[in-house]
Amino acid sequence: MENILEVKGLKTSFYTPSGVVPAVGGVSFQLKKGSVLGIVGESGSGKSVTAYSILQILTPPGRIDSGSVKFNGQELVGLSEKEMRKIRGNKISIIFQDPMTSLNPVFTIGNQLIETILLHTSRTKVEAHKRALEMLSMVGINDPERRMHQYPYELSGGMRQRVMIAMALVCEPEILIADEPTTALDVTIQAQILELMTELQHRLGMAIILITHDLGVVAGMCDEVIVMYAGHLVERGAASQIFYQPKHEYTKGLMRSIPRIEKDEKERLIPISGTPVDMLLLPKGCAFAPRCERAMKICLEEKPQEYWINGYNHLASCWRNVKEGTLAPEVPGKRPMIQLKEESV
Amino acid sequence: MTQTPLLQVKGLKQYFNISTGLFRSTHLKAVDDVSFDINAGDTLGLVGESGCGKTTVGRSLMHLYLPTAGEVIFDGEKLAPGPVLDSFRRRAQMVFQDPYSSLNPRMTVGDIVAEPIDVHKLYQSKKERNNRVAELLDLVGLSSEQATRYAHEFSGGQRQRIGIARALASRPEFIVCDEPVSALDVSIQAQVINMLEDLQARLGLTYLFIAHDLSVVKHISNRIAVMYLGRIVEMASSVDLHRNPLHPYTRSLLSAVPVPDPDKARELKRIILKGDVPSPLKVPSGCAFRTRCPDAIPACADSCPLLREVSPGHSVSCIRIPVTGA
Repeated sequence: MENILEVKGLKTSFYTPSGVVPAVGGVSFQLKKGSVLGIVGESGSGKSVTAYSILQILTPPGRIDSGSVKFNGQELVGLSEKEMRKIRGNKISIIFQDPMTSLNPVFTIGNQLIETILLHTSRTKVEAHKRALEMLSMVGINDPERRMHQYPYELSGGMRQRVMIAMALVCEPEILIADEPTTALDVTIQAQILELMTELQHRLGMAIILITHDLGVVAGMCDEVIVMYAGHLVERGAASQIFYQPKHEYTKGLMRSIPRIEKDEKERLIPISGTPVDMLLLPKGCAFAPRCERAMKICLEEKPQEYWINGYNHLASCWRNVKEGTLAPEVPGKRPMIQLKEESV
Repeated sequence: MTQTPLLQVKGLKQYFNISTGLFRSTHLKAVDDVSFDINAGDTLGLVGESGCGKTTVGRSLMHLYLPTAGEVIFDGEKLAPGPVLDSFRRRAQMVFQDPYSSLNPRMTVGDIVAEPIDVHKLYQSKKERNNRVAELLDLVGLSSEQATRYAHEFSGGQRQRIGIARALASRPEFIVCDEPVSALDVSIQAQVINMLEDLQARLGLTYLFIAHDLSVVKHISNRIAVMYLGRIVEMASSVDLHRNPLHPYTRSLLSAVPVPDPDKARELKRIILKGDVPSPLKVPSGCAFRTRCPDAIPACADSCPLLREVSPGHSVSCIRIPVTGA
């Protein structure tokens, strides 16, 4: 399958008064046409900033330092604001975590939907109204005519998220970025929204980048998964590889630390020790090394290189894969392979 | 099992007055006729979606609100304002959801942790107080040097540890944990859950564990009560509830939990509920769940089903579930 989006060596930093925060520190990945890619990680791992960088909706003091984002072969980094606007909403859309803060409270749902349609297409007002109704019924909102006249506060959280999805899909984008789309919702509503997203993805054939911290959501939805930690891509692979054969110690730790509802017997959880890394004081070596049980000397001193494991679709940047993996070819600025002995710290 | 429960809640009701106009007001039935027992050393998990009244149950059984009706019996004594409540407030404590807003930013960690023993005057000398603070911080895996720092200097997980140390200060027997891990990252969640389990084993604590995350609740609880719109719809042992959920709401709730396993997630048959939770101001007649229930029959609208035991230790409030094996 062809790649619809190619991100290479993306670096985004926030220039805050207390120092430079390297929120995304060189991330590369591809999104295949019509597939679902999950980005998982804890708060502050850079998953949302990656998405915002793709769309260039970063707020100052954040900016893209380097790297390339190619959409259908077209380079997006460096495009003018005017040209980016043709991409945003038309080709790549985004929905956010909290539908209440992303909808304007003083305009009706219909108003906001029609505005989007008029802005992005050459429809007339009457056609836009028709299209808005169509979109609302597509996302499963009953009685769309009445809902059009309602304000966001009159809708429940699940309804608002449906409106957001309708708004994002108005122009039938080729990529939908969903940034924690169900985190603010209850499980039964979450199930509704995820089902809706899957159904629309099949129907419209779009690709989805699903950003979440919930491994359960990822397991149910995604073809491919990226795991991020402290602004770095630590592991990338097919969902089954990430869940069944994780190769990075952080991914392994995550899998061990979540309580499993499907297991009958009670097992003690194995947490990841320590606290999340301070992005202003990133360690010299692997960012995860201070919390890693299997850290070696080299982990504290050198940033790990990216290794391909079992062919070329599973990537992990962990020194532990030095023996079985092959060095990833496409990472910019990598060093030659170093001989290392297994030494525990 | 003829053990007297440590805590008994009988017919607890908590209504709030909501003004709907200048001189009009209506009741919001946040908690409506909730009863349960918790044995000493056990953990009862309370689950439900937002707005179902689970937090209100915790707060009103602690008498943070004066319950509209019903009684709470702790260690054989009925709670009422006066000396019984005063001693209950020492013997029962709470851990809150948000470790950012539940710690006073102007107090040092030492003072935050010592507040319960200050309030209840549980020490003779300043030295004893400081020793106790050091002991408590040690208990939750922080160091005693951190007592002079302020809450903002700590990460979310560490703050929740401070909140737990504060709850343990007055040597309580019973702790209401209100969503103690939902604001934390996955890798930190497990640390706090393990710590709560260790403390329970070490200090013989009894928990009421309120959460919306069913996987977490299942992990930590012996028994689980499922709430919907202010009422308990099903209560059973943790294993029983997951193996054999009876109430249609419990069944759909369990099926909606995302399973972190791609193969199982694909096989999983979801029961997707239609629509949203009705407003607690306009609770449907009869069974509150009937408007979303896939198995509803006309009779469901007639009367509110009572929570009844259908098999030993397994109660459910649904008229369509026959009593078995009792």
